[in-house]
Amino acid sequence: MAGNISTLTDTSFDEEIKGAEVPVLVDFWAEWCGPCKMIAPVLEEIATEHPGKIQIAKLNVDENLEISRRFEVMSIPTLILFKDGEPQLRLIGAKGKGQLLQELEAFL
Amino acid sequence: MSKPLVRDVIIIGSGPAGLTAAIYAARANLDPLVIEGEPSSSSDQPGGQLMLTTEVENYPGFIEGVMGPELMANFRAQAARFGADFLTRKITKVDFSERPFRLWIEDTELHARSVIVSTGARSLMLDLPNESRLMGYGVSTCATCDGFFFRGREIAVVGGGDSALEEATFLTKFAQKVTVIHRRKELRASKIMQDRAFRNPKIEFLWDTVVTDVLGDTTVSGIKLRNIVNGEESELAVAGLFVAIGHVPNTDLFKGQLDMEDNGYLITQGKSTRTNVEGVFACGDVQDHTYRQAITAAGSGCMAAIDAERWLEATGEAEHEIMETPRNW
Repeated sequence: MAGNISTLTDTSFDEEIKGAEVPVLVDFWAEWCGPCKMIAPVLEEIATEHPGKIQIAKLNVDENLEISRRFEVMSIPTLILFKDGEPQLRLIGAKGKGQLLQELEAFL
Repeated sequence: MSKPLVRDVIIIGSGPAGLTAAIYAARANLDPLVIEGEPSSSSDQPGGQLMLTTEVENYPGFIEGVMGPELMANFRAQAARFGADFLTRKITKVDFSERPFRLWIEDTELHARSVIVSTGARSLMLDLPNESRLMGYGVSTCATCDGFFFRGREIAVVGGGDSALEEATFLTKFAQKVTVIHRRKELRASKIMQDRAFRNPKIEFLWDTVVTDVLGDTTVSGIKLRNIVNGEESELAVAGLFVAIGHVPNTDLFKGQLDMEDNGYLITQGKSTRTNVEGVFACGDVQDHTYRQAITAAGSGCMAAIDAERWLEATGEAEHEIMETPRNW
């Protein structure tokens, strides 16, 4: 399952986001965040069910402060959708699968 | 569409009350289905309010305390071990006017011979326009999630109960200073939490004070305050705002069907968990604004399962052969 979700870091972020052929949904998360853990399986499902449409990537805010600060992440989980390298949509807080799919509809 | 299966028991909600009811109902052979809710960053999520807390020190049986999310994961695993089923969805509509009772998740209809309502309560917010605008940009509903982002900053916690002081104390791990803003002159919180907060050099208190606005362009830069005794207005520069001013029961779903008090809490009969609708039972914070503890919620969840079991047995409605609880230990 984890194969459907990639991991981004401060060093790999720019290259991966700019080089992506499909929209990338970045999940800003951390180990100590309960709601982040709760949406992890939901994101796995969305990634599996929409192959080739959207790429889902995780970025650990605890280990990657530079990118977290650049996008002024002050609450997790924060999901930011990047298309052509630019942020298009920002979702703050954990949500159920139905609501997430609704928010992402335009990109799927 | 095929007729939905009728469950003996559907439990709505999965905090300490709902999951304890699930453990007891599963052990009584009632094959419970738990509609556990959906992920969120508020307390309205599977596992309930404890999912947003850190250490729970007063739950009996854990000498050194236990982390809230870990405790709830254990409750859930225990219910699953005895065969409880789970749906990570939210009930969107109920009809308790006829039996079997009808429940909906969007367009999917479920039927149940008995229902246990354990939807709990959610945290109240200040209800200021700028509070929702800056949600996630300094205003937070989850101290354990977001405290990290306020390392070395000054923040404010609004409220005077145990939750407020727990958050304030937790947040001093990150923040340089935490100001607790309370509208009265004394705290509602338990003595041990008060002592801990008063001893903490990073915590300051502002008494008789309410927050009237949240300031900030893209992120929180401060809050507007009013002293309710002398009417004096002031501003406090903070980077973060955490609100813990109380709770409101999650009972919108049951309006017009289940009797509730003026404040929305469900009314149960006498010492039981029975509601005004025969076969519908309520437990946990959704029917308790007095004690509101994990242990009291769990206790009432156990009562609800026993009440449901006895009611199903008396009416002869249960599909399964009921194993009576006391014999089942």
